[in-house]
Amino acid sequence: METKEIIYCLKKIVKPYVQNDLAFQDFGRDTDFIKDLEINSANLVDIVLDVEDEFNIAIDNDSMDNMLTVNDAVEIIKTKQREQ
Amino acid sequence: MLPYSEPFLFVDELKEVSENGIFGTYTFKEEADFYRGHFKDLPVTPGVILTECMAQIGVVSLGIFLLKDDDLHNSGVALTNTAVDFYLPVFPGEKVKVVSEKIYFRFNKLKCKVQMFNAEEKLVCRGEISGMIKAE
Repeated sequence: METKEIIYCLKKIVKPYVQNDLAFQDFGRDTDFIKDLEINSANLVDIVLDVEDEFNIAIDNDSMDNMLTVNDAVEIIKTKQREQ
Repeated sequence: MLPYSEPFLFVDELKEVSENGIFGTYTFKEEADFYRGHFKDLPVTPGVILTECMAQIGVVSLGIFLLKDDDLHNSGVALTNTAVDFYLPVFPGEKVKVVSEKIYFRFNKLKCKVQMFNAEEKLVCRGEISGMIKAE
């Protein structure tokens, strides 16, 4: 899956949990889920579970801890998809 | 072993607990302070207190079991989401049963489907409650 396509999917998944709509308008590789979009840690778990379903991958605790930005998520999704 | 005490402990007995769920009971004390104001001349248990009771039994107690960490001083608990529908009032002195089913427990977040029944086994309220529970 291409990066652009992954980001498009991520944007759809993240939307219902966003607190900062202004930051969401600039959604891109550098967007930080917590700092920019002001998503809380509980909703970040929901996002990760949605990502697992959408991309058909399993995300472990270490990956979860490292998933701070959109770019982190893209890299993790690509790595996990390659592993399968 | 729970991180609560009077006047905000709403758990009497935990009857059964497993990896997938829990059930327990609580009897609302007639002398509880909130009945003086909710409502002025008609004491009824507030919905937020019913929700708290469901959360203490259905999410926190289950979460502590799932963590397998008896030393509560080392655990952190925070309510993160509630979506509850209410069907029947609960009056002072009533005993309720809370039944909770785990939806998932991942990345420290425990999400449960929780139901509360009165002494006649009638549904009082039900909903989904989640919290972050972790050993610190």
